[in-house]
Amino acid sequence: MDKILEIDNLVTAYQGKEGFVHAVDGVSFDLNRGETVCIVGESGSGKSVTSMSIMRLVEFENGTIKEGTIKFNGEDLAKKSNEEMRKIRGSKISMIFQEPLTALNPVFTIGKQITEAILFHHKVGKKEAYRRAEELVRMVGISDPQARLKQYPHELSGGMRQRVMIAIALASEPELLIADEPTTALDVTIEAQILELLRSLRRDRNMSIMLITHDIGVAAEMADRIIIMYAGKIMEISKTQDLFDQPLHPYSKGLLDSVPRMDGERGVPLNSIKGSIPRLNEVPKGCRFSPRCPYATEKCYTEMPPLEARGDRQVACWHVDRLLQDESLKNEIKGGGMDESGVKELSY
Amino acid sequence: MNQELKNSPIEPSEPLLKIENLKKYFPIKGGGYFKGNKKVVKAVDGVSFEIYRGETLGLVGESGCGKSTLGRNILRLQEPTEGRVFFKENDILAYRSHEMRKLRRQMQIIYQDPFSSLNPRFTVGEIIGEMFDIHGVAKGAEKEKKVKEMIELVGLDPSRYHSYPHEFSGGQRQRVGIARALALNPEFVVADEPVSALDVSVQSQVINLLMKLKEELGLTMLFIAHGLNVVRHISDRVGVMYLGRIVELSETDNIFDYPAHPYTAALLSTVPEADPRLKKERIVLKGEVPSPANPPSGCHFRTRCPLATERCANERPELAEVRDNHFAACHYPLEKGQTLKEAITSLEQSRQPVTQ
Repeated sequence: MDKILEIDNLVTAYQGKEGFVHAVDGVSFDLNRGETVCIVGESGSGKSVTSMSIMRLVEFENGTIKEGTIKFNGEDLAKKSNEEMRKIRGSKISMIFQEPLTALNPVFTIGKQITEAILFHHKVGKKEAYRRAEELVRMVGISDPQARLKQYPHELSGGMRQRVMIAIALASEPELLIADEPTTALDVTIEAQILELLRSLRRDRNMSIMLITHDIGVAAEMADRIIIMYAGKIMEISKTQDLFDQPLHPYSKGLLDSVPRMDGERGVPLNSIKGSIPRLNEVPKGCRFSPRCPYATEKCYTEMPPLEARGDRQVACWHVDRLLQDESLKNEIKGGGMDESGVKELSY
Repeated sequence: MNQELKNSPIEPSEPLLKIENLKKYFPIKGGGYFKGNKKVVKAVDGVSFEIYRGETLGLVGESGCGKSTLGRNILRLQEPTEGRVFFKENDILAYRSHEMRKLRRQMQIIYQDPFSSLNPRFTVGEIIGEMFDIHGVAKGAEKEKKVKEMIELVGLDPSRYHSYPHEFSGGQRQRVGIARALALNPEFVVADEPVSALDVSVQSQVINLLMKLKEELGLTMLFIAHGLNVVRHISDRVGVMYLGRIVELSETDNIFDYPAHPYTAALLSTVPEADPRLKKERIVLKGEVPSPANPPSGCHFRTRCPLATERCANERPELAEVRDNHFAACHYPLEKGQTLKEAITSLEQSRQPVTQ
């Protein structure tokens, strides 16, 4: 398959008071053209730092890419100069952020900000740029574009601002769109609209999307493949359906189980992962997840398991077989609660 | 305990709280002391419901719908503009401040943000102990013993009595917030988005803790949240708010299985489900929640409602019983089991002869 992005052994560190902390610690994955990949993780998992590393934005916030390659269309972004990166950012790769209010400049109108992006990437006149801005704004589902372009960011609602951000991101017709928690600050009905928009962009333009989210539900709806990160490491990479059928990593399983399901039994205690997420300056030795893991053994506390292929999936755990054994046992005991494909019967 | 919890239907026992036509209006610019007709934001716009003893009533809605304001007004952390709140049949809005202070022992709140709701200069022992000081319940060694009991009750190590909030993770801080709220053994607790700021793997711990404590202490809880799956899991009954009004109220299963209000139906259809196998009909609502400073006439939802007619613009629908124990504020509530799509189709069909 045609790979648009190949990341190999990426290590990104931040300068802290007591030396470097490794926010991303040896991360490798790739992204196919036209594919949507979701990176799912909790705070401190390194999911945002991964995307900031691809955009080479970590350098502006005290971070450094210490190791690894980030190949975009075969070229290593990690070795590019700042000048070269400027040309790639926002043209071939665009990014949208969680908080659209802080990402937009409050003293310029929406129109000015979108045309600026167009003028930067295309050799067109101001009038033509404005016309294209109108088109973009209409495309992202904003009604009455002429009036909207004259407005300032504070005059728009959260959902509208995120649409404007997407319009700016699309101005250059990027090949890869990185969306970092694009709907986290929005209400569910608005979230649904934005996700719908992203889906249609992917469908109509064959754009590759890397979506970063903490919401396993958003990932389930959007992703072809899901990457689960924890404390700077990738724990599992699986096709979406496979992951939900049978997670391979105890952390993935814990994460899926701890979300109350809309068709689940109410009022019963939820499965939860004991303990809390480690701080970056005190990550455990060995497997990062070991102190919270029900499967952990001596080996886990001393040796970090590598991310290894298992069929067309990848997982970093010493005890995948034990987990699978347990799961098949559980399904036998349940007997009939699940059918063979593991699909639960719907109650409504 | 769980089996019991699940199987016991909520007995419509006596209501612990009764809220009648509660309104909270915030003045905004445009008026002034000496000018007439001040502009107001109607954050809570005439809400009436009851909370039964021992139940968890979930309150859902999008941001700005007034759910948090409602919670605060019920506790009189803000003064309502109009209406009545009865706690055990006493109108607490008529209480004077010293009476209110006494009552606060029985009514507490758990806040959303465990980072800003704890005083960073106080130790955990002091934060929780303050409750005993204010109400003069316990002193000295007895107080310390009680505080340590509370710390243990919420699943923290009592040896952390002298720790400061910054030494705890988000989930642990929320546990401290819960311990503080429950220290005086209140009967009623408002939990205002108690897990929204927490990471997923920690969220479920706190949800479990709340359910356990509610059972053990016999709490009555108003659980405010925007996460529908969480509300569904924890609540006995659920109220849905839109622009300052309750648009639907019923037992949890009724709301989630057979929503009557088009807004509820649309809201449910848009929840990102944590399972790709559950592909469902998604009804993406057009537009956004209108500003509460200038809400639409009649039914507030009509501007986004696929079923709206002229009647909806002229006439405010009151919260009325549409089915057994199932209340909705809508002129055209969905039939039991009818999907919003079906309702839209049947509406279009009924309109056809007229247009032809």
